Amino acid sequence: MDLYQELILEHSKRPVNHGLREPFDAESHHVNPTCGDEVTVRVHLSGAGDDAVVEDVSYDSMGCSISVASASILAEEVTGGTVAHARETYEAMRAMLTSKGEDPGDEEQIGDGVALAGVAKYPARVKCALLSWSAFTDALYQAEGAKQ
Amino acid sequence: MTAAPFTDEELARLRADFPILSRTVRGGHPLVYLDSGATSHKPVQVLDAERRFYEHTNAAVHRGAHQLSEEGTDAYEAARETIARFIGASAGEVVFTRNATEALNLVAYAFTNGTHGGGGGRGDRFSLRPGDEVLVTEMEHHANLIPWQEACRRTGATLRWVPVTEDGRLDLTDLDELLTERTKVFAFTHVSNVLGTVNPVRELAERAHAVGALAVLDACQSVPHLPVDVADLGVDFLAFSGHKMFGPLGIGVLWGRAELLDEMPVFLTGGSMIETVTMEGATYAPVPQKFEAGVPVAAQAVGLAAACDHLTALGLDRVHAHEQMLTERLLRGLAERPWVRVLGPADLRERGGAVAFVVDGVHAHDVGQVLDDRGVEVRVGHHCAWPLHRKLRAAASTRASFAAYTTPGEVDALLEALDRVPAIFGTEVPV
Ligand SMILES: Cc1ncc(COP(=O)(O)O)c(C=O)c1O
Repeated sequence: MDLYQELILEHSKRPVNHGLREPFDAESHHVNPTCGDEVTVRVHLSGAGDDAVVEDVSYDSMGCSISVASASILAEEVTGGTVAHARETYEAMRAMLTSKGEDPGDEEQIGDGVALAGVAKYPARVKCALLSWSAFTDALYQAEGAKQ
Repeated sequence: MTAAPFTDEELARLRADFPILSRTVRGGHPLVYLDSGATSHKPVQVLDAERRFYEHTNAAVHRGAHQLSEEGTDAYEAARETIARFIGASAGEVVFTRNATEALNLVAYAFTNGTHGGGGGRGDRFSLRPGDEVLVTEMEHHANLIPWQEACRRTGATLRWVPVTEDGRLDLTDLDELLTERTKVFAFTHVSNVLGTVNPVRELAERAHAVGALAVLDACQSVPHLPVDVADLGVDFLAFSGHKMFGPLGIGVLWGRAELLDEMPVFLTGGSMIETVTMEGATYAPVPQKFEAGVPVAAQAVGLAAACDHLTALGLDRVHAHEQMLTERLLRGLAERPWVRVLGPADLRERGGAVAFVVDGVHAHDVGQVLDDRGVEVRVGHHCAWPLHRKLRAAASTRASFAAYTTPGEVDALLEALDRVPAIFGTEVPV
């Protein structure tokens, strides 16, 4: 099954930076009502504006291998980068996941995220892969508001 | 003599009536449909009945005096007779709704409307006030839980629930404390859509009546699968959906005792359900029309009647025996796999044709995906019974559910596809 790439299973079994940590500027909790999967994402920023740096993304994810792997990839890709980069990465992930398989994803931009390209062919699973990313963008938005 | 499961020849003939069963999925795999608990497939007899109505008799029934309207009305009311007979009821006690969800909401809203002096009702039986209680169970589908949560919220009444035991049965130990003279409604399911548990309906209805409460039964998972006779069950209201029993989407049934339907205030209002209307107010048609606002779902009723005829011809006792055989086969297969935890009662006699299970260390979504890759279609998630899953400490589960057309070979196909799961997710247990 092309959906379950080695990389995905690896991330789901040993999620990067898993767990909720202090300090954080904002937290967001998202739920997938069809299966009951839940994720909580915390964001800690330093600086302000587009050049602000994502110091930490910590999360607690309870769900399928796709949603856990996706949260792990999120933490890996955006931690230590700028807010602008995090937002671009989110947009690229979303574009790939909602492309119905047309967009294979750009490894330069989303790193291990390309391993989730297969998810786009299964509409019921797209939400699993996007869950932590939408929670992250929510938390990011709140964190930026809190810094103003 | 007890009824026998369908033979291979019978199954082949029976399946030929369901065109969808011969299609392939996911790159050429034969469809192994094990999700009939969510919705069943439709035999050509049902599709033809609906089509014939549209091609021959289509009209807004109970409206107008032309020939088509007359014939359409006859077809609609004949369908009501057939469906009533199917559950041992009389036609005047059968109300058509959009689905079971709407039927249950109808009853729950009637209580709120009664509290606020809603029209079309009589007496004080349909009212909820602070101090009153509604009793449900922890194994309810959201459709028989949320309408009651909301009814309590609107009226100040208190919601209570019968807990579920570890092995997925109702824990009736403290029923006397839960079901008291404060209880106005006891709403519970006949067969759990997750666990397959068959509840002791008669006993529960008697207990409800002993304290003056009304018994409302969610029969979504029983009417399609075993012989159901409303007089036998002793409940006051019973709800089910057409689409789970070979019938069309868009039609459900609320059965109620005639005198209760008569006393019950109206819910949805508009055309077709009135007697007289002025600018100031309206009076309402007799039961069942008073609960059927809008142009009636006639083609769907005709389709559902054909579905009832189809099930009757197969024999509900044989359908039940067949599904029991499949359940036993699946439970036996799953018991041989120590990495699978089955939810629900171990005893086959307390079970209907649905089996939910959890694979150690693998989320139900992933299990379902691996099965789907081989054309095995099951339900994954919480199956609209989130509190029940929380109680059984399962974030989600995988559910296989059956119908008359399900074959033993399909159960085996599920087990075979399931064996790929531990290997793919690296959760193999050393033997
Ligand atoms: C036990 C039970 N109750 C209620 C329902 C709701 O049925 P519907 O969605 O057709 O209204 C279902 C099916 O989803 C069910 O299995």
